[in-house]
Amino acid sequence: MVSFKKPNLDSFQERIHIATLFVTVCFLLLVTRLVWLQLISHGKYALLAESNRIALVPAPANRGLIIDRNGIVIGRNYSALTLDVNAEEVKGNVDQLINELSEIIDISPRDRRNFKRSLEDSRNMGTIPLRSMLNEAETARFMANRYRFPGVEIRARNFREYPYNELASHLVGYIGRVSQRDKERMQAEIENSKSDDPDALQASFLPGIQYVGKIGLEQSYETVLRGVPGYDQVEITAGGKPVRTLSSSPSVPGKNIVLSVDVKLQYLVEQLYGNFRGAFVAIEPETGDVLAFVSKPNFNPNDFVEGIDSITWKELNDSPQKPLYNRPLKGIYPPGSTYKPFMALAALENKKRTPSQTISDPGYFDFGNHTFRDDKKGGHGIVDMQKSIVESCDTYYYMLARDMGVNMMHDFMKPFGFGQITGIDLQGEARGVLPSTEWKQNTFKKPEQQKWYEGETISLGIGQGYNSFTILQLAHAMANLTNNGVVMKPHLVKAIEDPFTRNRVLTTPKESYRIDLSPENIEVIKKAMVEVNRSGTSAAAFQGAGYVAGGKTGTAQVFSLNSKDYKHGATAEFLRDHALYIAFAPADKPTIVIAMVVENAGFGAQYAAPIARKALDYYIEGKWPKEVPEWKRAP
Amino acid sequence: MEKSPIKKIQSLFFSFFSGLDRQLGLILLGLAAVGFFTFLSASQNTPVQIADELRNLALSFVVMWLVSRIPPKWLEISAVWIYGLGVALLVAVAAFGLIKKGARRWLNIGIVIQPSEIMKIAMPLMLAWYFQKREGIQRAWDYGVAGIILAIPVFLIARQPDLGTALLVFAAGLYVIILAGLPWKWILPFVGVGVVGILLIIIFGGTICAHDVVWPFVHDYQKHRICTLLDPSSDPLGKGFHTIQSMIAIGSGGFFGKGWFQGTQAHLEFIPEKHTDFVFAVFSEEFGLLGNLVLIALFFALIKRGLAISASAPNLFTRLLGAAVTLIFFTYAFVNIGMVSGLLPVVGVPLPFISYGGTALVTLGFGAGILMSIHRHRRLVQS
Repeated sequence: MVSFKKPNLDSFQERIHIATLFVTVCFLLLVTRLVWLQLISHGKYALLAESNRIALVPAPANRGLIIDRNGIVIGRNYSALTLDVNAEEVKGNVDQLINELSEIIDISPRDRRNFKRSLEDSRNMGTIPLRSMLNEAETARFMANRYRFPGVEIRARNFREYPYNELASHLVGYIGRVSQRDKERMQAEIENSKSDDPDALQASFLPGIQYVGKIGLEQSYETVLRGVPGYDQVEITAGGKPVRTLSSSPSVPGKNIVLSVDVKLQYLVEQLYGNFRGAFVAIEPETGDVLAFVSKPNFNPNDFVEGIDSITWKELNDSPQKPLYNRPLKGIYPPGSTYKPFMALAALENKKRTPSQTISDPGYFDFGNHTFRDDKKGGHGIVDMQKSIVESCDTYYYMLARDMGVNMMHDFMKPFGFGQITGIDLQGEARGVLPSTEWKQNTFKKPEQQKWYEGETISLGIGQGYNSFTILQLAHAMANLTNNGVVMKPHLVKAIEDPFTRNRVLTTPKESYRIDLSPENIEVIKKAMVEVNRSGTSAAAFQGAGYVAGGKTGTAQVFSLNSKDYKHGATAEFLRDHALYIAFAPADKPTIVIAMVVENAGFGAQYAAPIARKALDYYIEGKWPKEVPEWKRAP
Repeated sequence: MEKSPIKKIQSLFFSFFSGLDRQLGLILLGLAAVGFFTFLSASQNTPVQIADELRNLALSFVVMWLVSRIPPKWLEISAVWIYGLGVALLVAVAAFGLIKKGARRWLNIGIVIQPSEIMKIAMPLMLAWYFQKREGIQRAWDYGVAGIILAIPVFLIARQPDLGTALLVFAAGLYVIILAGLPWKWILPFVGVGVVGILLIIIFGGTICAHDVVWPFVHDYQKHRICTLLDPSSDPLGKGFHTIQSMIAIGSGGFFGKGWFQGTQAHLEFIPEKHTDFVFAVFSEEFGLLGNLVLIALFFALIKRGLAISASAPNLFTRLLGAAVTLIFFTYAFVNIGMVSGLLPVVGVPLPFISYGGTALVTLGFGAGILMSIHRHRRLVQS
């Protein structure tokens, strides 16, 4: 046996023991770590592994079509190839990626700007289109180079298209990419609808929704048009390469909306307005169907779909013409003389006048120490009710207003919808003002402003003063009158159509309520309005019409001038009077009523009534005026 | 009496394996088996061939067998030469080595070799030889000389730069020096400083990892590695990605694992280097905590056995060499599992006998061969 040096071996043995202890402690540390990862945090990591490997690939639903009452499609989809970029992939080096891509694909500065804006708007929201409508050569070039661009791919996508461009732009509206605000609104929508609506959106479908209606019908019928996006559950690799589809949930296409609007009529009126600004609303009184809903000038909704470029946006926004302003919905105007038939009816219903009762008009009306002037110097002489309408005698209505008082007028006009929300199926409707003593009290702060002055009542009679209504309200009121007091809610959409079965479901509410009116009184008013077109202010415009139409012109002061001081040509354009006109036809059984304004055009008879005449010629008789180009793309 | 052919073959067979430590052999076979089965899963859809893995494993065992035949005395005699050759090659690397990925680590001598690998064995050999020479007459300055022997190659490797290998070579040498009897009063202060340092890094990690803070003696990428270890989410798609994804793989494995070939993290390419340095994540995902406990038990048994062989070795040289080699195995296993499970910074260290890779397996076979040789030759020296 070899003799070890005892102390040395003992020392070594001791150190081996310490090493064993050290090794044991280290391994226990590893075991602790593994227990922590695999037992205690297992749930968390299992979830992370699942979300690692599974990607939800949204399958957007086809958006419903927008179809006019005669079947003309004015909002539709078409498929085109898009270059999509995964937002996650480009953090930090957007410009570099776009520079490299632009070597093989034409990317305009506008595309770049839009992409960057979308990227900022929609953080972490999947893929963002960089270029749409790729041609074949570009597609081929990209496919050959695609290995260089992880996270970039070509997809066929549906695009929204408004084939007639500016036509009915304010009423159709447009869609745009979902913004953060839209997303939050949709989230709220989901939370509110979850319990009772079986078709409600699921939270997981949200990423599939990339476009929403921003204004117009696209906005107000968003949930109908949108449908329910589907998705594929796809297993992916770390590089985002799909391996297999685990499950898929098909999308449910949106439903079509069928408008009550006749877009040919709409188109005609838009053409007739030419370069004039204004609003035009036509309603079928019996149903509340809105037949035309014109706001001029227009804009092209197609510009907005993929994000509007800043130059066009600035032009639209800064234009004094305010092309983005929805005039029939939001513009409020004093009704001027178009108010007179309603005032006359109020007088009859409230027994303040009989049709044959007359006044003598010297050309002015003194009230207190103020003189209210008539249009006609020297006055209209002896005036009964019909003559007051036909000749538009102001004095008759000054006196009538005085006799009725503000609250009686208010109470009569309110059910007709003046100064009230009509409830049309568009968002953002203006209320306007139908004055009453109560209204004044609630509106003003100082006590001396809250008091109603008798003098303020007088000009209300001729549709001036505090009166201010939308053209939609005026048309609605006209419809209610011609419909003998049966109030139908005005609506732009008539029916919802199933995209497959073509089954239509009417959406429109029937009657809202009835105004108790005597048919004889209504006849008096209608007869007077018919006479207006025969021998009154709009007689020239309606000469030789093949049908009988009733009407009433009006002129609304933009600038508070006494009418004797107003000289049309000498006044700056935006201060000139608005020309208004209301009409119904055919007189015996009206199928259409019209209310319209031509802004800053001057007298109603001269500028507004001729447009209405041509619209009625078309609508009732199918006549298409020669100076308007033929409807090119009618089905 | 003439032996029958069968007996002949039998005796040949036994003589072939004679002196090989049976326990150590079984443990290594167990590890190799785990390695092979994990490799099958990890290498799916990669161009790495099963034949290569089998060849590497076989090569490793052949090297082990050959080395086990070498008497420790020979190793003792050649220690200085091997060390000298290693240092010379490292100097050659510094002078005209090949540069790949910004590091000068390789030498082209007909075939491309990485001399720092040689130092993993040469260092403990050299230091064990040195302390064997100084046995019984140790002076304080002997540790100074040992320190210089240790420092030269570590310095050369560290400036390649290859911090991972430098640390392993340093650790290998340090084990010899400590086991040779480095006084505790010299060790403990360093342990204290180390512990305090680690605690400080953990506590003030956020501050010292700020962009504008420059660390002395450390490359930017090394600083980055340590900083991402402290907070992997600071760079989830960059350096932190490896650690995060391997932790997800391990964690999602749970207790029983997802099953062989069923690891989604591994098979969907979320795990980097999945058949080499990060193979533990693949194993861990598919075999769970249960598998990990078995694997760690195997490593623990390997180290226990290695230390036991060393403890009963005949002289200081073999004792120091055996223990150092055993602790290198430990270091590999600990650092690798620690790094894959997010405890330690990511350094390129393979998991012994599990990771794919010819060089590492040969080195490990060499080390195991040394242990076998020490075991086999214990009596020869004693008697």
